[in-house]
Amino acid sequence: MSAPSASLAPRRDLELSNLIWWLPRAAILGGLAFVIFGPLVNMLIWTVAERWYFPHTLPLDYGFSYWGRVFAPRGNAVQSLVASISIAFFTVAGSLALAIPAGYALARLKLPLRGLILLAFLLPQAFPNLPVYVNIARLFYEIRLNGTVLGVVLVHVTHGLVYAVWIAAAAFSAVDRDLELAARNLGASGLKAFVDVTLPLAAPGLMASAIFVFLESLDEFTGSYFVGAPDVTTLPLLLYSAGSGGNYQIASITALLLLVPSIAFMLVVEKFLRADVLAKVGQ
Amino acid sequence: MTRLLGPLLISPALIVILLLFMVPLAASVIGAFEVEGAYGLGNFTKAYDFYTQDIVFTAVIVGLSTALTGLLAIAIGGYLTLGENATAVAILRWLYRWPMFIPFIVVGQVLRTFLAKSGLFNSTLVAFGLLDPLTATSYLDWRGVVVAFVWKQTPFVALMVSGAMASLDRGTIEAARNLGASRLRILVEIVVPQVTTTLLVGLVLSFVTMMGVLSVPLMINAQAPTMITADIAFRLSTYRDYGVANALGLISLAISAVAAWFYLRVNMRQGR
Repeated sequence: MSAPSASLAPRRDLELSNLIWWLPRAAILGGLAFVIFGPLVNMLIWTVAERWYFPHTLPLDYGFSYWGRVFAPRGNAVQSLVASISIAFFTVAGSLALAIPAGYALARLKLPLRGLILLAFLLPQAFPNLPVYVNIARLFYEIRLNGTVLGVVLVHVTHGLVYAVWIAAAAFSAVDRDLELAARNLGASGLKAFVDVTLPLAAPGLMASAIFVFLESLDEFTGSYFVGAPDVTTLPLLLYSAGSGGNYQIASITALLLLVPSIAFMLVVEKFLRADVLAKVGQ
Repeated sequence: MTRLLGPLLISPALIVILLLFMVPLAASVIGAFEVEGAYGLGNFTKAYDFYTQDIVFTAVIVGLSTALTGLLAIAIGGYLTLGENATAVAILRWLYRWPMFIPFIVVGQVLRTFLAKSGLFNSTLVAFGLLDPLTATSYLDWRGVVVAFVWKQTPFVALMVSGAMASLDRGTIEAARNLGASRLRILVEIVVPQVTTTLLVGLVLSFVTMMGVLSVPLMINAQAPTMITADIAFRLSTYRDYGVANALGLISLAISAVAAWFYLRVNMRQGR
């Protein structure tokens, strides 16, 4: 009888100490959860608050009347939603059209100054970009691109190129070169081997870079503020003007619209960006 | 032909970077010295006269936010690497990433409501009896800006740092553990020194990002003193004064360059 109890006692101690350790763990993790989700919950409450002012802890009335206003057929929000999404699609098309050849060249072909070229695409991320946008706006003003969709798309393409080119290059270098050579040996032309073999195999990585560029464009504020406003109103610009006008309901609904694709991307990013592609980024 | 194919395929993308990034960047440097058709330092004396307080404020805010981001990222990465309770590690891994992909403009909006005088932060503290409702104040000043920057950038740096920590050799960690070293000591003396390069890359990128963000200072801290980015926007929207705006832009580039130089110096010393 004495043998089992001797071996059980330390285990019970271990369980007890584990339980006690859960007190600080739960406090810290709970605090972290509050700091991360608290602001998001506060935003969600604002989207359905009809009347809410100091010193009331919670709204006085709840309802969806602001949702109705946001999605009214001729409302500002629908216009900005359409503008934002079409700008993002044009931006993806533009940056992929530039990044697929560039990425392929970086991954497969002989290039002089390859390292320097990779670095050049990183530059827009390595400087605070506000001074650059200010001067793009000044340049665009002279050639009448200011306040046009094309102007905003060009700014977003430049900003998104670093992701597009770096991820495309990584996606192409993760494709097994032997498969291309096999296609060439069977008589396929270089272009046919690229379209039928290399491109489909690199597609998940290219898809990831497309989603990245899409989100960057959807969320971009500073460039659109200087180049687009007030003629082109994207969702971030609408959020900003609604918020500075004190209309927190419209601002919070717009914030929610911008938030959903970002969170969805966070949850699926690992499916698109496989480890073998990720390991080749920047090489 | 094949020798030309590579440069041919890459040139369109390079031309876009050249025309829409390098040319405007050069224009901002030249424009900073342009005073009514001639060249001089007039814009900088004006910037110095009007905005010295804001320049110092910006450097301090961004520096403080970067330091806090680094500390939190090390703490999160350290727990993910050295934590012994699988459930707690899994919860933290799921939890910490959420703000990473949330755009700055949304961060500004959600924190503006959360940190307001009657926001959810204060009302939760009141509900727990930790705060007297009569002394509740709004945090929408320099504190709000720091919170917004740290909130948004910590997951990014923590992701980089925890990735680097995960690929470290477990042998030395286990050996130190067997010799009785505490986990905190292992983190500070063994783990962090081996991931300094990754940590610094993440922090320099965050520093530069924070220096260029316009939405957060506009939304959270529009009163004086404010950040250089808000001053640039104000200078343009009110006076169309490109000279002083560009001078302020060049000053913010210079502050970022100091951060990058610091990174290079630490990196070089490690390489030796």
